[in-house]
Amino acid sequence: MRSLNSIQIGRTTRRARFAFLAAGILTFALAGAVSAQHRISLSGDIQAKISYCKDCHGVSAQGFNGYYPIPRLAGQQPEYIENQLRAFIEHRRTNNIMFNVAHSLSPAMINTLTAHFASLNPPPIGGAPRQLVATGRKIFEDGMPEVNIAACAACHGPEATGSGQIPRLAGQLYPYMIKTLSNWDKERGRNPTVPDAAAIMSPVAHSLNKSQIEAVAAFVSTLRSPRGTPNTVQ
Amino acid sequence: MRGNRLKAAVLIAFCWICHPAASDAEVLAVRNCNWCHGGSASGYPPAPALAAQRPQYVAKQLANFRTHTRDNPFSRQYMWGAARNLDADSVRNLALYFASLPPRAASDGVPSLVGLGQTIYQQGMPEANIVACVVCHGPNGEGVRDIPRLGGLDSTYLKRRLEQWNEGYHAAAGPPMISIASKLSDDQIEALASYLSFVK
Repeated sequence: MRSLNSIQIGRTTRRARFAFLAAGILTFALAGAVSAQHRISLSGDIQAKISYCKDCHGVSAQGFNGYYPIPRLAGQQPEYIENQLRAFIEHRRTNNIMFNVAHSLSPAMINTLTAHFASLNPPPIGGAPRQLVATGRKIFEDGMPEVNIAACAACHGPEATGSGQIPRLAGQLYPYMIKTLSNWDKERGRNPTVPDAAAIMSPVAHSLNKSQIEAVAAFVSTLRSPRGTPNTVQ
Repeated sequence: MRGNRLKAAVLIAFCWICHPAASDAEVLAVRNCNWCHGGSASGYPPAPALAAQRPQYVAKQLANFRTHTRDNPFSRQYMWGAARNLDADSVRNLALYFASLPPRAASDGVPSLVGLGQTIYQQGMPEANIVACVVCHGPNGEGVRDIPRLGGLDSTYLKRRLEQWNEGYHAAAGPPMISIASKLSDDQIEALASYLSFVK
């Protein structure tokens, strides 16, 4: 009787152990499946978000001339994009559409998006008057010391690829460049409690007249990335 | 025979009086358009209004009909033939003529859907990856260059066009509308079409 009992107990224990082990394996397997599913849905989310960005900014993020000019993001400095997205949220930069867009992005998404856009290198979409390019190049490379304007190249780089929070201008849309430089203080550096790099450009934008703005815009809008791949700063 | 000649003479005289600057041939071309697109080209569903439409858009669409790039059923049935024999001058003149006519809103949408339609059009729905139409089509749906005016078009046309992007029909050779429209639900399309039909 005792021995039968002990056998039964032994069987029960073994069954219990087996059940425990099986449950454990199942748990791990399920956890694995769930996390794999989570990864898939995350990457699905990010693909959908990239497609969403490109619906306006162009299939290769080359920019698009809509009713309003939509800037090129291809080859843009990741740190610049990240800072601008925060600028929309912090009311440093005014744009109702991008204010809403920025709110829909998580920090992880922003990292993936900025890395993706930095890796793209389509040719500029063009459209600027060619006769302005030479004047624009001179202003960009030499500045205008007589009116206290430094060479754009000093900060934006000789190939206009930018660095960190300073944006790449190479290949940027001609009308977008004109709009931005003409409206600098209405669009940028709008939150006095959160001063940012926009303050650096403010006096420059003010000192440039309309034809000088058009010339610089025309020049940078024609620039291709020099080495075939965008110059990204990690 | 005599009756037809008389009708033609009356028609030409009538059109000549209405548009003294245009040549007879142009007037007849406009008349042909208006049979379907309505008096003053203000739309006669399912044919959309052409009044105040962007001239570059009209010219581009006529080219798309000729090359069969725009291939939805009504385009095949009516516009492929209508555009086939138009030369470059006629296309330009028609486009400029329609652009010169004043817009008139169809206002035939469902009023209760206007709020949702306005939200999607003016702000988009970033969480659902739906872009704001205003960025390209303008604050009053007026369009620009070859981006069409949408404001005031009839809701039947707008609804079908938005649906057709996702049904494999094409109105343009390239992006971005296929990608944009494929993200819209039936309800959102209905709301956008309703809102836009009231926009002046």
